[in-house]
Amino acid sequence: MNYDRLRNQWVLLSLVISLSVWMGGCTTSKDAILASDKTQLELRSIQQRAFDLTDREKTLRTIIATLQDLGFVVNHADSTLGSVTGTKLNNYSLKMTVTIRPRGTNQLLVRANAQFNIQQVEDPEPYQQFFVALSRAMFLEAHQVD
Amino acid sequence: MLIVRKVGFLAFALAFIIAACAQRIPKEALELSSENLADRQRQTRRFATTDEKALLSSSVAVLQDLGFTLEASATELGLVVAAKDLSAVEPGEIAAVVLVAAITLLGGAPVVMPWDSKQKVNVSLTTRLSGENSENTLVRVTFQRVVWNNQGKVTKTEPLNEANLYQEFFEKLSKAVFLDANEL
Repeated sequence: MNYDRLRNQWVLLSLVISLSVWMGGCTTSKDAILASDKTQLELRSIQQRAFDLTDREKTLRTIIATLQDLGFVVNHADSTLGSVTGTKLNNYSLKMTVTIRPRGTNQLLVRANAQFNIQQVEDPEPYQQFFVALSRAMFLEAHQVD
Repeated sequence: MLIVRKVGFLAFALAFIIAACAQRIPKEALELSSENLADRQRQTRRFATTDEKALLSSSVAVLQDLGFTLEASATELGLVVAAKDLSAVEPGEIAAVVLVAAITLLGGAPVVMPWDSKQKVNVSLTTRLSGENSENTLVRVTFQRVVWNNQGKVTKTEPLNEANLYQEFFEKLSKAVFLDANEL
């Protein structure tokens, strides 16, 4: 056995070992359950907007209509809690929950979070598009909340 | 150091495959389009009534007539959600499976391709007052389905946009509203 070949085998072996150690050090699928790529604050600034509205029922109805316009089938809605959940199937599965909460005395905070197949949606663009569609349906401007 | 290069290439390829696997949300997924408006027209009918609750109740009756079971409802928001599980077997596909099996049997090793076996259809129906003085009610219904093959794998997740599906549903609903209004 020549020296070069022996060295190559050692390199290969150490690569395999370091890969398994690296994989072993990774988070497990259970650790990922409460994990998120962004901080709570970042996520909220992406996912929520304030509207100059106080009528909860009307707002929820507009949210339902907007989801339908975007091709969602609504799965669930609760006017007491102020939540709507819908799913869009289009060779993918996009599930979204939209909730409303009062903000001060003359505003409602609308929060949306989406899941695309088995991933949380954390890009700002899809949410921007959703709020554009919602604002259009409400004839109101969506205010960025910090 | 050929082997190191090979391993390096493999690791790179693996990383690339893993990155490519993580499919991202399509740009147009939450964007309003003219297509959305066409869908809305197909999915909506106007009824000359202001009694939302009676309309919802008639709608539930029609969904029951069609074999759907109710999954959720929020009357105060004008919403009912229903679903139905049914067979997704299509004779054309079965014929193709048999044909492939027969041809490959001649070669000595028959291949049985999987076929679509069951589907779940989801429907949500909403009501909304409309008109200048809220003298009408709009009913909007949307259908979608998930299809599984005989090996339990999902093969289709899609909206149902067939115009005749919506036409037929609204014909049944109009009839039911009339019957309910006249208590026949």
